[in-house]
Amino acid sequence: MALNTQAVGKTFTPTVYAVGREKIREYAHAVGETNPVHLDLSAARSAGYADLVAPPMFAVVYGGPALMPALFDPEVQMDFARMVHGGQEFEWGPLVIAGDEITTTLTAKEIYERDGRGYYIFESTSVNQRDEQVLRGTWTHIVRGV
Amino acid sequence: MTENGTSTADWHVGTQIPELHVTPDKYLTVRYAGASGDFNPIHIDEEFAKAVGLPGRILHGLWSMAQVARAHTEAAGGPEHLKRLSVQFRGMGVPEQEVVVTGTVAEVDGARVVVDTVAEQSGQQIVRNAQAELEL
Repeated sequence: MALNTQAVGKTFTPTVYAVGREKIREYAHAVGETNPVHLDLSAARSAGYADLVAPPMFAVVYGGPALMPALFDPEVQMDFARMVHGGQEFEWGPLVIAGDEITTTLTAKEIYERDGRGYYIFESTSVNQRDEQVLRGTWTHIVRGV
Repeated sequence: MTENGTSTADWHVGTQIPELHVTPDKYLTVRYAGASGDFNPIHIDEEFAKAVGLPGRILHGLWSMAQVARAHTEAAGGPEHLKRLSVQFRGMGVPEQEVVVTGTVAEVDGARVVVDTVAEQSGQQIVRNAQAELEL
């Protein structure tokens, strides 16, 4: 079966994520962060931040939801049962702070077949409420046996 | 460096950043599922994972990537220093076995440092071909 590549170049509906202080704490505990700027409000403030600082990989919390409309898009037609998360790249801008509102826009950058595997590469950009780019993400999903 | 912390690494080509050792406990994948929003049952349901041919529940790749990120933010002295991280996920991480992140400085250009890094569990790479870019 030939891989359906008609979604290449398609931009999906953006998502908006409001960054909460307790969500940062919950995430920081789950990944084992010990830096007090992620956990202790007074430490974050004395380091010069308005509120708790999101760990860099909190990117998956505010940026991840933008992937959902793409994965379920009828033009993408991805076979979830055979899908693995093959790779990930993030490039960070200014730190994300509790209270920020992050808008993420995702585009299907490349869809191609190699050695019987389908490669689906999505690119996302996330901006905060001041329109500063806080994240660029490249999400690579691989579907076996296409 | 900033007032957030002090770099603990020696930033010269060929030197290693401090290793990060972490052992995910039995319920880590459940807490990470809640924290991240990724409730794929292969990470939280032992019976489901076995039914689809896995040895049991497996770690979230993005949790393992977060350990790679943490090794670098801790080495550099704070989250503001990590500018880029790219990884490939291979193999499967499992709960209750130690994960070790190692990294070797590959390039130094003024304040910009590139580190080649991997995460291993029981000698098998679970995050490979990873590269971190730091601004010190």
